[in-house]
Amino acid sequence: MRRLFTEIVYTLRGYLETFGSSMLFLLRILAACPYALKRPGLIIKQVYSTGVLSLVIIILSGFFVGLVLALQGHNTLSRFGAAETLGAVAALALVRELGPVVTALLFAGRAGTALASEIGLMRATDQLSGMEMMAVDPVKRVVAPRFLGAVIAMPLLAVIFSAMGIFGAWLEGVIIVGVDEGQFWAQMQAQVELHEDVMSGVYKSIVFGFAVALLSVFEGYNSIPTAEGVGRATTRTVVESSLAVLVLNFILTAWLIGEV
Amino acid sequence: MQQTRAVEFGTGLFVFMGVVALFFLTTRVTSFDSYSGDEGYTLTARFDHVGTLKLRAPISVAGVTVGRVTDIQFDDDRLEAVVTMRIASEYDQLPNDSDASILTAGILGGQYIGLGPGGSPDFFEDGDEIEFTQSALVLEQLISTYLFSQAEKSEKE
Repeated sequence: MRRLFTEIVYTLRGYLETFGSSMLFLLRILAACPYALKRPGLIIKQVYSTGVLSLVIIILSGFFVGLVLALQGHNTLSRFGAAETLGAVAALALVRELGPVVTALLFAGRAGTALASEIGLMRATDQLSGMEMMAVDPVKRVVAPRFLGAVIAMPLLAVIFSAMGIFGAWLEGVIIVGVDEGQFWAQMQAQVELHEDVMSGVYKSIVFGFAVALLSVFEGYNSIPTAEGVGRATTRTVVESSLAVLVLNFILTAWLIGEV
Repeated sequence: MQQTRAVEFGTGLFVFMGVVALFFLTTRVTSFDSYSGDEGYTLTARFDHVGTLKLRAPISVAGVTVGRVTDIQFDDDRLEAVVTMRIASEYDQLPNDSDASILTAGILGGQYIGLGPGGSPDFFEDGDEIEFTQSALVLEQLISTYLFSQAEKSEKE
């Protein structure tokens, strides 16, 4: 019993330590951002490798999420005789919740792991210590551009996901199931508000972008410099990012809804 | 060099797609033109009961939205609800003896304020109060009124 208690205390202490060191790492990255912003070429390359290379999975996922949303939504709504509100239901679900959250989860899996393993391998192959030897700060040269690239890419991916989802919902709802097209768009436009719905999704995706980007570069930078260590860092990135996104989503939703 | 060009082109295309998606979400998915309640003149109205009227609920005349509810307060002197509403400045020719009633859109829809135009030659101005008001219908009160009238009827028989 006593042993269990001490173990719990140690684990909690470990979590707090990780949290604290990640926050300190965030401060180091933010301090290095002016340097990275002076070299936009580095950031553009990272926007490419985190954003553009994630485009295919985001577009396809958004499209299929939209399809299934319309199918399920139509099935449920027609029981209440409210199939015309399908457009509003699909659009609200996408821009408020599914767009930011699913994009962030996919982004953690596609881009976060790539970042973590890339930086982890750089550490394992002594590239980072090599840079330090040449008086180049790896946080400025390697970490900050990757962090900024991911932070820029994430909100863009989330809006692309939502737009594709709405296109998918339109295709399934209007073309295949046969909801009236005018009603579909009119109900959507009547119900979706720019500030409360669309912008709340955008704010969420910005916060998720910061969280996923920070956790990936942090885990990669602090990975144990072995093959196993890099693998573990990659796994931890996905697990921690997904958890962080879901927890942050709840907090942000409560905050954004409470504000109205 | 060729590769850098490809990266820049891809990134540019990506950012462009993001902007197009955001543009789609702001224009096609939300309605831009509907009145948001930022400009115009304010009117107040007193109701015995506002039902489930919410902030930003529409004010409509003949079914057309002309304004929004901006504030709902309780006046503890007169024990009435005071509803403040903002009407778009383009609709500045509402007769000042118009009446306001709280109506429900559809069976499950939200409540809104309907203005019934009066016949006065003078118009509402900023800060005016709507004198003639009709409160929200409360379903329980309707049912109890009906039940009492039925009970009275059966007693007479």
